[in-house]
Amino acid sequence: MSTRADASSGSPPGLRVSVDLNLCQAYAQCCYAAPRHFRIEGHEALFYDPAPAAEDRDDIERARVACPVQAIRVEDPGRGV
Amino acid sequence: MAPAERAVVVGAGLAGLRGAEALREAGFSGSLTIVGAEPHLPYDRPPLSKHVLAGAIPAHATTLPHGLGADVDWQLGTPAAGLDRKAGTVRLADGRALPYDRLLIATGTRARPWPNPHEGRLAGVFTLRGRDDAAALRRALAAGPRRVLVIGGGFIGCEVASLCRQLGLPVTLVEPSPTPLARVLGRTIGAFIGAIHAGHGVDLRCGSEVEWLEGEGGRLVRAHCTDGSRIEAELAVVALGAVRNTEWLDGAGLSADPGGVECDGAGYVLDAEGHPDPQIAAAGDVARFPHPLYDGRRVALEHWSHAVAQAAHAGRLLAGAPPDAAYGALPTFWSTQGDLVVKSAGLTEGADAVAITQGNPADGRFIALYGRAGRCIAAVSVDSARWLPAHAEMVATGAPFPPEGAATDRPKGIAIFDPGFS
Ligand SMILES: Cc1cc2nc3c(=O)[nH]c(=O)nc-3n(C[C@H](O)[C@H](O)[C@H](O)COP(=O)(O)OP(=O)(O)OC[C@H]3O[C@@H](n4cnc5c(N)ncnc54)[C@H](O)[C@@H]3O)c2cc1C
Ligand code: SF4
Repeated sequence: MSTRADASSGSPPGLRVSVDLNLCQAYAQCCYAAPRHFRIEGHEALFYDPAPAAEDRDDIERARVACPVQAIRVEDPGRGV
Repeated sequence: MAPAERAVVVGAGLAGLRGAEALREAGFSGSLTIVGAEPHLPYDRPPLSKHVLAGAIPAHATTLPHGLGADVDWQLGTPAAGLDRKAGTVRLADGRALPYDRLLIATGTRARPWPNPHEGRLAGVFTLRGRDDAAALRRALAAGPRRVLVIGGGFIGCEVASLCRQLGLPVTLVEPSPTPLARVLGRTIGAFIGAIHAGHGVDLRCGSEVEWLEGEGGRLVRAHCTDGSRIEAELAVVALGAVRNTEWLDGAGLSADPGGVECDGAGYVLDAEGHPDPQIAAAGDVARFPHPLYDGRRVALEHWSHAVAQAAHAGRLLAGAPPDAAYGALPTFWSTQGDLVVKSAGLTEGADAVAITQGNPADGRFIALYGRAGRCIAAVSVDSARWLPAHAEMVATGAPFPPEGAATDRPKGIAIFDPGFS
């Protein structure tokens, strides 16, 4: 099978995001960089969108780079990793 | 390494994926096949019991990012059913045999089912391990059940119960131990965390056990506890821990049982005589290995970061890295229970004391440091993650316990408790 399973929808393949929540210290830099995709709930629980749309890639990239502990991993099937 | 070599990864989960990446990154250029029982590409499980159940993200959004190229043969939807080490093949359930020169075993665990299979099949009774489980449970929660019953007060049980409260659903959590999380954190810290959940409206029934589940017309209607009480609930989440997926290795001549696949310190699996098989490594939830930080005690860890780190180690090993470096990352995990974040570093097993070194359990934010025979062995943070790295360092180095001057907000000594294991 193909590794790009969601290509059937016709829209450009979205991004894939995961965060190592052991590394994450909840300092929220990603939330400033991409507030629609990252937010802190309660004192230190990070919510992140694991499947942002392709057109949000600049925000997501800014969040990834802003994270001081490099906890955010992004794959951009539309662009190569 | 001959480029014609063939690597097979069995288990298309977190460990299988990160192990395959490490094989490639370490220069393995032969063929690479990843076998997965589920039809899905590897996906992330932690969000399943949190934001997927909350309805914030759909279950299928959890596909993991990865760096593998097109030179991977994905065999998804067909489980491995056997291993023939003499022939050097993995047998798939559809009868095909995949030859391997290097094999990574990463078949993880599955949810322990409700012991009575008839009751376990009642509509409204769920377990939670995979993405499809989470999607089904989300639908059931969104339908607004009058009460949810959570059976088992471990991490997943506490996550589901606190999430139900966030959704405004009445929830009862039944746990045979005197407190939730007692097995992993001990009764003292378990009681502190239980009090936080009770404060959010979770109906905690500790020291009680569900005896049987009653159905009407094939649907769950209530649970009967050993103390004679009944809980009216149309939805039950069975959170009784996990069973390791090792049955497919029956007859392979390996040291493998429901406790896991035994590995040596390097990461090679052990055969029935206890000798390493240098063609096969194991990683993630399914692997049992001697942990160098804990006197070589054999442990199997069901933690996300462990799966990532051990799989990277195993991938490098299979790609030809020298086997002299033992795997021994400090075990760490997190658990998000409602908005509450519990994190841990180290292993609490065998602790004879626990100290509150930062914060105050009554405020719902604190650090607990576990000691054994005068050394720090584990630390747990509750909504206080920023203090955890310094404590993890004390655990990694086996610093003296009780610590001196560890608490910046507590200069005059620290409270020390019996951790409440046994
Ligand atoms: C709901 C949930 C929430 C969690 N939350 C947290 C958390 O907050 N923090 C944390 O640290 N950890 C958490 N974990 C644990 C973490 O997800 C696991 O440690 C991690 O998934 C282990 O990865 P693995 O690859 O070893 O196993 P798995 O993720 O179980 O992957 C194994 C894969 O192998 C496949 N498989 C099984 N048998 C076969 C076979 N015979 N042939 C082929 N394929 C097979 C399975 O289908 C599965 O996809 C959570 C787990 C669950 C289920
Ligand atoms: S920037 Fe990194 S550490 Fe900070 S909240 Fe985001 S993921 Fe966590």
